[in-house]
Amino acid sequence: MTKRSIFNNKVLPYVLLAPQLAITIVFFFWPAGQAVAQSLLRQNPFGTRTAFVWFENFAHVLSDDAYLQAVGNTILFSGAVILLAMGSGLLLAVTADKPIRGAGVYKTLLIWPYAVAPAVAASLWLFIFHPTIGILGRALNQVGIHWDYSLNGTQALLLVILAAAWKQVSYNFIFFLAGLQSIPRSVLEAASVDGATPRQRFWKVIFPLLSPTTFFLIVVNVIFAFFDTFGVIHSLTRGGPAKATETLIYKVYVDGVVNLDLGGSSAQSVILLLVVITLTAMQFRYIERRVHY
Amino acid sequence: MARASRLGGSWQAHLILILGVSIFVFPVFVALLGSTYDVGTIARGEMPLRPGPHAIENYSQAWTSGEGTRVKGAAPVRRMLLNSLIMGLVIATGKITISIISAFAVAFFAFPLRMFFFWMIFITLMLPVEVRIIPTYAVISNLGMLNTYQGLIVPLVASATATLIFRQFFLTVPDELVDAAKMDGAGPMRFFWSILMPLSTNTIAALFVILFIYGWNQYLWPLLITTSKEMNTIVIGITKMIGVGDAQNDWNLIMATAVMAMLPPVAVVVIMQRWFVKGLVESEK
Repeated sequence: MTKRSIFNNKVLPYVLLAPQLAITIVFFFWPAGQAVAQSLLRQNPFGTRTAFVWFENFAHVLSDDAYLQAVGNTILFSGAVILLAMGSGLLLAVTADKPIRGAGVYKTLLIWPYAVAPAVAASLWLFIFHPTIGILGRALNQVGIHWDYSLNGTQALLLVILAAAWKQVSYNFIFFLAGLQSIPRSVLEAASVDGATPRQRFWKVIFPLLSPTTFFLIVVNVIFAFFDTFGVIHSLTRGGPAKATETLIYKVYVDGVVNLDLGGSSAQSVILLLVVITLTAMQFRYIERRVHY
Repeated sequence: MARASRLGGSWQAHLILILGVSIFVFPVFVALLGSTYDVGTIARGEMPLRPGPHAIENYSQAWTSGEGTRVKGAAPVRRMLLNSLIMGLVIATGKITISIISAFAVAFFAFPLRMFFFWMIFITLMLPVEVRIIPTYAVISNLGMLNTYQGLIVPLVASATATLIFRQFFLTVPDELVDAAKMDGAGPMRFFWSILMPLSTNTIAALFVILFIYGWNQYLWPLLITTSKEMNTIVIGITKMIGVGDAQNDWNLIMATAVMAMLPPVAVVVIMQRWFVKGLVESEK
């Protein structure tokens, strides 16, 4: 869709676009192209010789046990974060949507964690669940549970899931609430008149009508859990203990920046790139659908 | 009967919401407590659940030196807050400026390759920093922008999302306005400043809140390209102070720093709540 009434100016539009395009080319397209190129090359350990190796880096990455473990960790971690953050967000939104006193105050008190950086959220939960100084970490040890996230991989995973989900609930709450408020009251009243119980009203009427929001949030939450939780993992566990919390994005960082394995890290980047493209395409299919709907 | 059940439902609603709010507030409450005790009390695991007497000295120590008995080599919080503030403000302003003029070009001009450029901007949505870490680092390093504000900010000021939102909004501006402006002899830039900008203030305010938080909370990018402590942002600074999470660490200072790191973005969200919700919901359309 374009406007009918437009300006005719030969140079101005290019000048206006120039800053955005310059940054896009220098910091997005060029590096992304480099990442793809490097994923097909291999350097010797001294960086003096480079050879074109086709898809050897990919074959190497995909047959690496550590990589497969990172895939498993990412699925487990993302699944748990998404379930927790979306489930709580939906519960809170459905509750806050009811005509109760102080709904506005509750809303304000429920949206602010969105502004807390993932790494800061991690530091708060670390202080609570620290095995020797944390209030809850100490309590767990006193009741006989051997709680030490720095030694026990499962506990480390639980802690990063908690910190990441805590920060993300607000986002889901805001979108679910917006989704709920766009459901016409007449539909809900019709269901009540037909004798639907509150439970039936939720599962048979509200939940299906919320499905576009739910689908959209799943995609956004996957992106959050895959990429934006880097700060949580980096500041809490550094992927440990024994790689128990090493997710795909954390492994790209470790292999590329710490271990300086350019080919392997780039191949992992390209695999992640395919994931992002798929997710973005899904997100836009949803938008198309909603526009027609 | 009906009345009683409605009352019951209302009680449950309050219970669920209060529980939710408590889970959100609890870690912040504990952090506030932690920032009011001395190192020893916390390290021995003896911190009580009421405020302690050392708040002022903890906050002033974090603010002016950022170093404790264990935490060494950290920048003062005031320095790191300044870095975060610069990053948040300049990224938000930069993204909005660059995006509004590109959207203006795409929406109001006819020129060769228009849609090609539009798609070029659009595609960057699919190229987050995380998938091009090392090559982007190499570019910054070759440009000599490591450990500089330019390096922190410039690569992040392109914005496909903001461009899409402004374009979407511009397409709803009636053609009659453009015709009227032309008839009055206004050129494109006059139209932009006198008509389009005033119409866009709502969108700009909403985007500003979202993008400020985006800039403030950046993690991977500053971690990569800033190594000197003077350039650390507050979010990175906290991670550096925590280190390996030792019990003997200066947790009082770390918690004071965490509180100060949260305060500005949380205040922005709470004070500008209306813009924030609008910006968030719109930026994802």
